[in-house]
Amino acid sequence: MLDKTKKTPVLPDATLDVRPYETFLIHEARLLDEGFFDDWVALFTEDARYWVPIEAGQADPFETVSLMYDDRRLLETRVRRLSDPRIYSQEPRSRTSRTVTNVTIEPSTGEPGVVVRSKFVLVEYRREDQRLFAGTYIHRLIGEGNAMRIAMKKVELVNCDAPLDGLVVPF
Amino acid sequence: MSITAKINPEELARMVEPARVHRRIYTDPEIFELEMSRIFGTAWVYVGHESQIKKPGEYFTARVARKPLVIVRAADGSIRALHNQCAHRGAMVVANDAGCTDEFQCCYHGWTYHLDGRLKAVPLNNGYPEDFDTKNPKTAMVQVPRVESYRGFIFLSLASEGQSFEDFLGYMKTSLDDMVDRAPDGELEVAGGVFKHTYDGNWKLYLENLCDAAHPWYTHRSSIAAAQQQKDDVFSDGTGEIAIRQMRQNGAPYSFWENQVGIWTYANGHSYLGDYHDDSKLVAALNDTTFREYHSAMEAKKGKAETQRIMEVRRWNSNFYPNMSMMSQFQQLRVIHPISVNKTVVHTYCFKLKGAPEQMFRNTISFANVVNGTGSLVLTDDLEIYNRVTLGLSSQGAEWLEIGRGFTTDEPDPHGGRKGKNSTSEVYIRNMFKAWRGYMLGDSDTGAKKQVA
Repeated sequence: MLDKTKKTPVLPDATLDVRPYETFLIHEARLLDEGFFDDWVALFTEDARYWVPIEAGQADPFETVSLMYDDRRLLETRVRRLSDPRIYSQEPRSRTSRTVTNVTIEPSTGEPGVVVRSKFVLVEYRREDQRLFAGTYIHRLIGEGNAMRIAMKKVELVNCDAPLDGLVVPF
Repeated sequence: MSITAKINPEELARMVEPARVHRRIYTDPEIFELEMSRIFGTAWVYVGHESQIKKPGEYFTARVARKPLVIVRAADGSIRALHNQCAHRGAMVVANDAGCTDEFQCCYHGWTYHLDGRLKAVPLNNGYPEDFDTKNPKTAMVQVPRVESYRGFIFLSLASEGQSFEDFLGYMKTSLDDMVDRAPDGELEVAGGVFKHTYDGNWKLYLENLCDAAHPWYTHRSSIAAAQQQKDDVFSDGTGEIAIRQMRQNGAPYSFWENQVGIWTYANGHSYLGDYHDDSKLVAALNDTTFREYHSAMEAKKGKAETQRIMEVRRWNSNFYPNMSMMSQFQQLRVIHPISVNKTVVHTYCFKLKGAPEQMFRNTISFANVVNGTGSLVLTDDLEIYNRVTLGLSSQGAEWLEIGRGFTTDEPDPHGGRKGKNSTSEVYIRNMFKAWRGYMLGDSDTGAKKQVA
C-alpha cells in the first residue's frame, strides 16, 4: 500500500560536497567485500547501531523483529563468528560485490553527524548460487577523513520481507 | 522421477522402520505429494491466532498444503476458513496478507461474498442455466470443513471427517496453556512482524531438528565460541543480552544435556524438550529487573502459588506435528510450509504477554532476531544443515538414515507418552514417524484413524 504520509523528497543541495562521504562508503563496501570484518567494525563508534529492518517503513527495531539489529556488543559477536572456521553457513565462503551510488546528504535529524543516503546493489555468490540484493543505505557519519566513523547504519532492502535463505554476511 | 506412477502401500510401509528410515522419505516427489494429501490434507494444522482477527470482518491469509486460504472473523463472531478462490473464474479473491472488510469482492468480474464465504451478489446475473444457484454452498468461497480454536490458537483440518481436535492435541495442549498462562492478564497477542525463511530441503527436517539436543555443540560451534569470547564491558543498549546468554548455553557439555534436560513425546507426532531453562539460569535470571517486575505482575494477578506453578513449567520447543513449533519462554511460534519435496518456507511469529512489562517483549524481539531470525547468528547454521542434508541425500550414499539414539532406553511417560531416558534420545523423531505411518498408511494408532481410502 502506498504511504501517503511520506513527504515528497526535496532536491539535494548541490553546493554540498558528497565526495568525502562517497569515498568513505566505497571504502566501507570494499572492507566488507574483501572480508576485513574486524576493520569494518572498527569503522563504527562505540555506541553505534547497525540495523536491517524486515518491514518497509519499519518504525523502530524494538517493537518489530529485524533481519539484523546490533549494538556494539552484538556486532562484535556477529563478526567474531564470521571469522570462526566452524561457521558452517560460510563453508564455502560467500563472495560479494557491492556497488554504492546515488550518494546524497540528507537534512539533519538533529543528532550529531551527517546523514548520508545512498543506493546499493549487492551480489552474493555461494555454492553455485548467486543472490541479488538491492536497496538504500542510510548512514549517520561522524568526524572527517581517517577519523570518520559510523554512528548509525540502516539498510533498507527492497525484498526485506521476502522468504530468504540465511543472511550471514552483513549488508 | 515420474509422479504419475503410484507408489504401493507395502513399498511405503517398508521405508519406515522402528529405528531407521529410508532416504526416499526425504527426496521422493511422489511421497511428498502423498504427504500433502494424507498428512497436510487431513491433520489439524495451526493457521494463526485469534488476536489477528479480533473484530468481525478482520481477516488474514494463510496457506495449508500449498493451498491459499482466508481466515476471517465472520459477522456472528465465529472463525471461518475459506478457500481463497472465486467460484466464477477461479481468481484468488483476497490478495493482502491481512485486513478488515465487510465483504470479499473478486477483482475480475466483481462477484462478492459474505464473510462466511456465501455468495452475496453476481453482476449481470442473467441467462445462466437453470441449475445455476447462488445459494449453492459450492458456488461460494468454499469453507474449510473443520476450524477450531484452543485458548486463541486456531487450527483447521481440510478434511470433513477424522480425528477430533481434542484427541489431536491430547496432553500437548498443556504447552499451549503454558504460553497463555505466562501472560499476567491471561491473554496473548501476535505482534512484532514475521520472519520468513526458506531452505532447499524437506519440511520434516525442520521439526526433526527443533528438539535435537545433540546438535548445538557441533552445528552452532561458531556462535557459541563468538558469544563465549565476547567482552561484556563494551557498549550495549541491552540488545542481544538474552541471546548472547542463549548462545553461551548452547555450548553446555553433554553432561548438562543428559542430566538436566528431557525429551517428552505424545500421540500424533507431538513432542517437547523440557527442563532446559529454569528462570534462575537463563530466561531472565532472578536478579534481572524486568523479570522481577514480571514476577510481581504475575503474583498480583494470579497469586503466589499459581505463579510458582507456572514458572516451574520449563518447556523449550513444543512441536505440534506436522506444521507448528512454539516456545512459551520466549513467546515464539513457527509455522512450517512445505513447498516441494526439497523446498520449505518457515514463518516465525512473536507473541506479547498481556500485562507483562514492555521490556519483556523487547527481549522477545531481540531473542528472535539473534537466535531464530533469518539474519541470526544461530538459525543460519541450522538452515545450512537442512541444505546439506539435501545435498548429502543427492549422493548415492547410505540408503537408510539412523534415528536410533536412545531406542533401547526410552521410557513410558505418566501422561500416555514416551520420554527419552535423557534429552539426546531421538525418541521424538521416532514418534513423528509413528504418526507419519498413521497418516500415510493407517497402520499406527497415532496420527490418524485410518485416513487411507
